[in-house]
Amino acid sequence: MIIDILSWICLVAGGALGIVGGIGIHRFPDFYSRLHAAGITDTFCATLILLGLGLQAGWSIAAFKLALIFMFLFFTSPTASHALANAALHSGLQPRLDGDEREGSS
Amino acid sequence: MFVAALLAILLTMGLALARALTGPTTYDRIAAVNMFGTKTVLLIAVLAFFSGRSDLLDIALVYALINFIGVIAALKLVTQGNFHSSDGDESEAKQGESK
Amino acid sequence: MKSFNFGVLLFLCWIFLSGHLEPLLLGLGVASVALTVFLSRRMNVIDHESYPLHLSSRFPGFFLYLFREIVKANIDVAKRILRWRGASVSPQMIQIPQSQETNLGAVIYANSITLTPGTVTISLSKDSLTVHALSKEAAGKLATGAMSKEISNRVFDQ
Repeated sequence: MIIDILSWICLVAGGALGIVGGIGIHRFPDFYSRLHAAGITDTFCATLILLGLGLQAGWSIAAFKLALIFMFLFFTSPTASHALANAALHSGLQPRLDGDEREGSS
Repeated sequence: MFVAALLAILLTMGLALARALTGPTTYDRIAAVNMFGTKTVLLIAVLAFFSGRSDLLDIALVYALINFIGVIAALKLVTQGNFHSSDGDESEAKQGESK
Repeated sequence: MKSFNFGVLLFLCWIFLSGHLEPLLLGLGVASVALTVFLSRRMNVIDHESYPLHLSSRFPGFFLYLFREIVKANIDVAKRILRWRGASVSPQMIQIPQSQETNLGAVIYANSITLTPGTVTISLSKDSLTVHALSKEAAGKLATGAMSKEISNRVFDQ
């Protein structure tokens, strides 16, 4: 019962963080800061949802598979973010830095 | 309760899709598609528990890998314009010439 | 020897992922593991770095530390997104020294920075990292080099 409640909390918190990240990619002003908003959904949101599912699964093959999915996401998402940022910078997309900040236009 | 998580993930996917459609630069679009893919993995995982079919977890696992490779491949195609040159410098030099 | 260990590891993965113990499926597993090991040897990817056995026993501790950092940074970025009057960001581009000696350490450092929301490693060279940070606080925290010290202390045995 307690495990059920815990996993529900994890699932709902994960879903809420996902929506926050989704709002973030619309509110942040330029590409590089949007990458941070996407980072939220890639790390903590995914962790919470997979943790919530793992609590439902208990010790089984399903839990092992969830752990494996978590590991893949954990290793590949920073690589993808880095590749995106690096490619964008090399192609000459300049980040909008602090000096010319405008309030949350998107 | 799984339904709530499913709806939240679907809403996030919708927002990511909107960014992918409106995004001013190509990189915005690729970042949004990457996020969309990550959410798809989570969606399939939640769906596996929602419908009680644990086979779907295998699909989520494979999708996580394919999503990553797909994003990297799309990025390479966008930055280099082709797949045949193996290193970036060469194609940059070519682009420099054509300009 | 390394190929053999690699094969055993892959086969364990196969058993845990399939969950079936019939001879036919185990046979198919052995065949695909053999093919994978053969291809990996041809591609020359079985080397020292793919075996993180030289990592310290305190490595789980580093994971806990990283996880705490990720949670803190997540809450910070979420607050910035949900701030009522416009998202309050002050993007920074900073260069920080890269103090890890080994390639593996540098990669772990750069990946940890990228994993923490609010900071993304943009480029990585032998002795410096270019980082895009979402706020002054995140940039300032990174510039102290605390994370690099954690990696040196917890990931590798001195």
